[in-house]
Amino acid sequence: MNLLPYLVTGWLFLAGLYGVVSSTNLIHTVVSLSVVQSATYVLLLTVGFRTGGTAPVFADIPLGTAVVDPLVQALASTDVVVGATVSALLLSLAIQVHKRSGTLNPDELRSLSG
Amino acid sequence: MSAALLTPLMITLPIGMAALMVALGGRLPRRVLDVLATATAATVAALAVVLLVATATAPGRVIAWAGGWTPRQGMSIGIALVSDPISAGLAIIAAVLATAALVYSWRYFDAVDVYFHALMLVFLAAMCGFVLTGDLFDMFVWFELMSAVAYALTGYKIEEAQSVQGALNFGVTNSIGAFCTLIGITLLYDRTGALNFAALGANLAGQRPDALVVASFVLLVTGFLTKAAVVPFHFWTADAEAVAPIPVCALFSGIMVELGIYAVARTYWTVYSGTLPPSAIRGPLLAFGVLSAVVGGVMCLAQRHIKRLLAFSTVSHIGLFLVGVALLSPAGLAGTAVYILGQAGVEAALFLLVGVILLRLGAVSERDLHGRGGGMPITATLTIIGGVALAGLPPFATGLGKAITEDAGVTEGFGWLVAVFVGASALTAAAVLRMAARVFFGLGSPAAKDPTSRGADEDEGEEVEEVPTGGVPRTMLIPPAVLLATALGLGLLPGLGGAIGQIASDFFDRAAYASQVLGLPTPEPRTAAVHVSGFTAASVGYGLLSTGLAVLIAALTILRSRLPRWTLAVARAALPLLRGLRALHSGHVGDYAMWLVVGVVALGGAVSLILG
Repeated sequence: MNLLPYLVTGWLFLAGLYGVVSSTNLIHTVVSLSVVQSATYVLLLTVGFRTGGTAPVFADIPLGTAVVDPLVQALASTDVVVGATVSALLLSLAIQVHKRSGTLNPDELRSLSG
Repeated sequence: MSAALLTPLMITLPIGMAALMVALGGRLPRRVLDVLATATAATVAALAVVLLVATATAPGRVIAWAGGWTPRQGMSIGIALVSDPISAGLAIIAAVLATAALVYSWRYFDAVDVYFHALMLVFLAAMCGFVLTGDLFDMFVWFELMSAVAYALTGYKIEEAQSVQGALNFGVTNSIGAFCTLIGITLLYDRTGALNFAALGANLAGQRPDALVVASFVLLVTGFLTKAAVVPFHFWTADAEAVAPIPVCALFSGIMVELGIYAVARTYWTVYSGTLPPSAIRGPLLAFGVLSAVVGGVMCLAQRHIKRLLAFSTVSHIGLFLVGVALLSPAGLAGTAVYILGQAGVEAALFLLVGVILLRLGAVSERDLHGRGGGMPITATLTIIGGVALAGLPPFATGLGKAITEDAGVTEGFGWLVAVFVGASALTAAAVLRMAARVFFGLGSPAAKDPTSRGADEDEGEEVEEVPTGGVPRTMLIPPAVLLATALGLGLLPGLGGAIGQIASDFFDRAAYASQVLGLPTPEPRTAAVHVSGFTAASVGYGLLSTGLAVLIAALTILRSRLPRWTLAVARAALPLLRGLRALHSGHVGDYAMWLVVGVVALGGAVSLILG
């Protein structure tokens, strides 16, 4: 088992989380969230990888050819769609925050405390 | 109609109607949209009732395979919808609350566009999908659909700065939880090559719980606990519910957060119960549950913003539900199921009643509202009924559920949990009763500026610009009245205790679940129903005790200016602690993400330590 993709997954997840925790700009927060999500893409593709496998499209390759796991690819593409939706929604909310509050810095947005 | 057709229909019907309404939206008058959306939600509720009847007959589960990809010789590559009475019951709650919320919206919103109706219907479909699925990845997809729609609904009043900020905090926190869940799912798939609950459980059964299994479990439940608003994953809750439209809050508190608890129980009992011993997770989950119950209760009583007050009441009760599930005994689950059944109606009704106050009086802070609710006798009566139901006064279903769960705790050797149940329900009920006494009867002096609050939250948050005059519309009083009456009626329903005992035992039976889903011969005999006690003299006593305590605490907080000086000194000593607790709820999304990480590390560390 190659350890590198798992390490990359962990790195992306933690780096993105650090971005969210330390962010001073909501756009940066949402992009950091996308970095966290990238960790899930890498992990999904790693799990489905088969050494020497080709793309799982049996139109022009004989049955029995070694292919990578098609299921995780379906999962990863679903994940991408979910990510795009959530990012778009959160970015539009961030724009609205800026329009209404005049700032994108969460440190200056304290009206919801307590 | 075959029962297997019901489950896909409960998901496709509301989504299809939502799409149709958005397509035609501009051309349909508001009332037509209202009626169409309400009728769709009511139809889903009726379908869910038929489904419950179908699941209640042997062998206990209704299974539908998408595209007809049924399993062959116990192997499955298809995607299944598997419903048992617990999932059907939750679907009924979701659909009934959605119907009530939509009826309520007829007059709650002056102007509302088709997107609100469409989002509510998609929200309902996602909740149905979430409880009906038998596939782990599908569960994640429904989780994300439910979440994305919930963010949009929270920020529905997009012209208000607080609304969008609350929605953003909600969205970021829940998304991190969801990604943790997805990583947990991926690790499980790496190990087993399966996503179906039944196949996963069969594959993992008997394996030693190694680091990968533990990590996958901890990450998987992180997302669910975030959705469930369990401390310390709960920080989004008050922010979102302080700003979301009232009908949406009713759905959040009434059913959405409870679904997080359901998911923890479902995944543990179908997937992990053969590998992770109950002893490994009982302690940690109980600790999280008790922490939520206490923190939620204290924060609830400390609030003056009445929507935040109800949000923390939800956090507190979710803690009690988690405690019931974490007992990992059929009786604990049975009690929690009944408790949720009652609590859904009570919590939703209280939010709808707060909405009446908001609309009539144009404010949401106890201080601004002091004594101004005099001309609203029905609203006042219903709010007080909701308050005592929150305390678990027998014979409300909340009281019955609490009684069964307390009893299960005692049986498992956790007698001290009774104190947590009594205390948490008394604190939350006291907060509601105090609010009612101040707003409707003007008791006590108008609340002074709260010494523990430093935010501007008390003076802001008015959602309604103009205050309509005249009576409260009937469509805004009938839904909460019906919900409260249902919570009362369910508590009186004979035979509920016996039925829920069998249902809970079946929920725990991993082997029967797996063989029925995978088309293998079902093991005989069926698990015996756990004995569920119902109301006993002791549990009625505890119910009366928490109601009495609630009234006492409410009276003390109202009369605090007349209390002897030394009691105030004692109270003042506790202030720094409370102030610190409130300061943690900073409204800063980065802080919330950090607490989520703390929660994951604590849960993971605790489970690993126990397993050694």
